[in-house]
Amino acid sequence: MILRLQPETTFAVRQTLPVMAGYGFLGMAFGLMLQHAGYHAGWAFLSSALIYAGSMQFVLVGILTAGLSLPTIALMTLSINSRHIFYGLPFIQTFRAMGRRYIYMIFSLTDETYALLCSVQIPDPLDRQKVFFRMALFNQVYWVTGATLGAAFGELARFDFTGIDFAMTALFTVLLVEQWMSARLPGRWSILIGLLSGISTRLIFGADRFVLPALILAAALLMLLRPVLSRQPEHKIEGDGV
Amino acid sequence: MNGWETLLVIGVITGLTFLTRVLPFWLFRRQDRPSILLTDLNKLLPPAVIAVLVVFCLKSIGIHDLHGSLNQLVCVGLVIGLHIWKRNNLLSIGLGTAVYMLLTALV
Repeated sequence: MILRLQPETTFAVRQTLPVMAGYGFLGMAFGLMLQHAGYHAGWAFLSSALIYAGSMQFVLVGILTAGLSLPTIALMTLSINSRHIFYGLPFIQTFRAMGRRYIYMIFSLTDETYALLCSVQIPDPLDRQKVFFRMALFNQVYWVTGATLGAAFGELARFDFTGIDFAMTALFTVLLVEQWMSARLPGRWSILIGLLSGISTRLIFGADRFVLPALILAAALLMLLRPVLSRQPEHKIEGDGV
Repeated sequence: MNGWETLLVIGVITGLTFLTRVLPFWLFRRQDRPSILLTDLNKLLPPAVIAVLVVFCLKSIGIHDLHGSLNQLVCVGLVIGLHIWKRNNLLSIGLGTAVYMLLTALV
């Protein structure tokens, strides 16, 4: 029997390959850490399937070893994940139209899935909702698989994977370059405002707590400049060559 | 921590993480059509958020680790250059990451 994949499936796999590498290996690193803290692969699977937030799960390992109180854990979770509040905004109508998949789309909106869904150019014949759902689902499959394998077999790995997490940096960089190259003028201003907000809050608040201030500052600046930016021409800039 | 306590911790983190993701959908649940403000913001915000995410990935850059910082900057520059040149996602990400791993291991 020949396995016939839907075109949406192959397209979604292609789009998410960088996340497969990044989540796969980061997931393994998480699984290995959890296993070192005394929790077997079942726990790695469960926490990745349910929580599904990378940086929070690394904090989870620390929480489990330190044994913190529930209110402390709750506050840490809210402060680390507060950036998610911005991620749903562009997808409110799109996800709502997705019926049974609505809740899963909200649940699975990680940094990487958000950035990919914002950037993906879906060819006309493909079903947009199917592509969105598959990209979100595949990303979680990579993460859960990586975490479970890392906890189960991480000890056996003989190869030094240090630096593989740069795949995520490279992914966001590529998506940013794509945004820049295909952007109309307002989009380029947005990128500059985002970089400015990120770098300035990083310097003021330090490396561990600048993301939420950065997003708030960027959103505030964009709201402030909205009358100017929204009046910019919608057509592409001359000489883009793309 | 015993099994039940671990389950409780995972449950609390799961619930609150979902809460942060569901909040915008709950806030704008009554709108059938997005307001002009939201439409404008949704065009302007994603590029800015992705820019913040790039800065977030590079947050460890600083004078305390010139070597590591330089590796990251060089490789981000490589990814940008490769991508402008070839515009192939997998090539830019794959080669950029491979060079970064090599630099981290060797230099």
